[in-house]
Amino acid sequence: MSLLRYESELREPLVDGAKSYHQVTEDIISPIESKPSRLWWIGFSTAIALLIFGVYSVYREVDLGIGQWNLTRTVGWGWDITNFVWWIGIGHAGTLISAILLLFRQTWRTGVNRAAEAMTIFAVMCAGQFPVFHMGRVWMGFFVFPYPNSRGPLWPNFNSALLWDVFAVSTYFTVSLLFWYTGLLPDLATVRDRARTKFRKMFYGLASFGWTGSTKHWQRQESLALVLAGLATPLVLSVHTIVSFDFATSVIPGWHTTIFPPYFVAGAIFSGFAMVQSLLIITRKVLHLEDYITIGHIEAMNKVIVLTGSIVGCAYLSELFVSWYSGNMYEWWAFRENRANIFSPYGWAYYGMMFCNVVSPQLFWSRRLRRNVTFTFFMVVLVNVGMWFERFVIIVTSIYRDYLPSSWTIYYSPSIWEIGFYLGTFGLFFTLYFLFAKFFPVIAVAEIKHVLKTSGESFKAEMETIERKESAQFYTEDVAAGHH
Amino acid sequence: MIKRFVVGTFEEEKVLFPAVKNVRRAGYKIHDVYTPYPVHHLDKALGLRETSLHTMGFIYGLTGTLIALGGMGWIFAVDWPLNIGGKPHFPLPAYIPITFELTVLLSAVGMTLTYCWLNQMMPGVKKHHFSPRATDDAFVMVIELMEKSNEDEIKAFLRDNGAIDINTQVAEEGWWFGRYDQEQKLYRTEEPVIES
Repeated sequence: MSLLRYESELREPLVDGAKSYHQVTEDIISPIESKPSRLWWIGFSTAIALLIFGVYSVYREVDLGIGQWNLTRTVGWGWDITNFVWWIGIGHAGTLISAILLLFRQTWRTGVNRAAEAMTIFAVMCAGQFPVFHMGRVWMGFFVFPYPNSRGPLWPNFNSALLWDVFAVSTYFTVSLLFWYTGLLPDLATVRDRARTKFRKMFYGLASFGWTGSTKHWQRQESLALVLAGLATPLVLSVHTIVSFDFATSVIPGWHTTIFPPYFVAGAIFSGFAMVQSLLIITRKVLHLEDYITIGHIEAMNKVIVLTGSIVGCAYLSELFVSWYSGNMYEWWAFRENRANIFSPYGWAYYGMMFCNVVSPQLFWSRRLRRNVTFTFFMVVLVNVGMWFERFVIIVTSIYRDYLPSSWTIYYSPSIWEIGFYLGTFGLFFTLYFLFAKFFPVIAVAEIKHVLKTSGESFKAEMETIERKESAQFYTEDVAAGHH
Repeated sequence: MIKRFVVGTFEEEKVLFPAVKNVRRAGYKIHDVYTPYPVHHLDKALGLRETSLHTMGFIYGLTGTLIALGGMGWIFAVDWPLNIGGKPHFPLPAYIPITFELTVLLSAVGMTLTYCWLNQMMPGVKKHHFSPRATDDAFVMVIELMEKSNEDEIKAFLRDNGAIDINTQVAEEGWWFGRYDQEQKLYRTEEPVIES
């Protein structure tokens, strides 16, 4: 019976250093048990400050109406929907790492999946704010749900892509949360069993649901994780597909495009990985987790970035080509004049997008640059900026010039409260992330222990000696059999 | 119901597996083995049957599909037929996104709740933890003491099979929504096949 899976010695170890199981627990759990550092407090209070500004901006919008934003009759979707699509796209990497890479048996995911899934959940929470507050009368928000009501009953329109979005985003949030939390249970139990203080005993006791580590429970846990991964894989593809339907099912030039679903999904994964990178590069440094989130992990994610970035680049170019090839003058105008013309009001956004998403990630073909942490950090910030430009270009440049020049908006720029709302979601995101990094194990402890036997550095060294011994043994047996 | 258990700790997988085999051959009843991470094939070695959680997931998913299609069909074709741009009252392609989402939603939520129910897990549940190392770095084997069991013999047997920290613990099996110690039939009745 071979319990050990053979792994090529060419593969880098997933866990550096000769770790024992206890050492793994110690490394990952001890930051939870110590007082937060100065850096944590600075980051956390900055996030809270942003959040407060955001709450005030939203309060003004709710209190005084959507006129607080600079939206016009032509530009009905501005920063808010741009930010919605941006955040929800960022959310896609977590599920991709945890679900799709689980199905593809990519063991390197174990180092990064926990933080990436947390990021997904927080990003979706941020994304959800935008369409909700864009409703204006947010207290009527529950009208979107089909429930027997006293207004007829009047039902929502199930043919509407916007309603599909309601179902897609809320399902996505729920499933991601369940997937993340059921995976967290064993690790929270680890924290509980190490707890010294009364508060920690109580908090982690409640949070771990009484996990014991029973073999039967592990069996069910693995079955659950596998099926949830199987469900989450088409789900993650469906969510951004449906978000793209918000645009693609309309008849606005620039939106009415069949390429949108795959193009949006690739872009979402692209921006999501960039955000995971930027968070993990900081997290591994601050919490000293370089042995678990190795350069190899960063390189693997950079490979995904260069792949999806190239897909996005192809999508941009084919979209441009087809707008001309379709022979539709409105379509071609939207691309030629509103986007690709650098002297048009939003030409800067189109070329900014092209540079950040298509040109600069190509540098990641170089192995040396892929493995450079500082360069990667700089690059992923650029990618996130570029992906924001993409959504802005798609939304604003398609609608700011209506069919009749008399209804053109000369230039749409956001009001301070629109910007404040966006900054506020950053505040929400980082507040939650800082709390997560302080109170939860940022790396899946049990999963790391699971791969330690096959991919840990000490094990790989051991495996090599076994192999060498075995081949030597084969040789002597061969000689004995008279083959030489 | 108060039961007595002999608890032995193992530090290595390669010691644990032969020990499980020997203990079962000797006819002792293994209550459970607690591990810090999923040890593959341990369930087979213990003779546990496959979980049917995924089957439940399928049933929940199917429920979601039917609720979505039935609900939208009833609402748009029966309860309040609305003419939206002359489109049909049951446009199947337009219903696919919501049908898919509800299938996934019900399957995931249902499975997770079933998982918690079967594992008897929820916030505030008190369980007996045989060793704090079970969630850290060791594999904890728990053997249930029957009326006729010889405690010292079992302890010696465990020691011979590489266990450390061997001790006896008394534990009351927890309750779960008023269901006192309903023994889960996890073990197969036929002779177990032990991989060698």
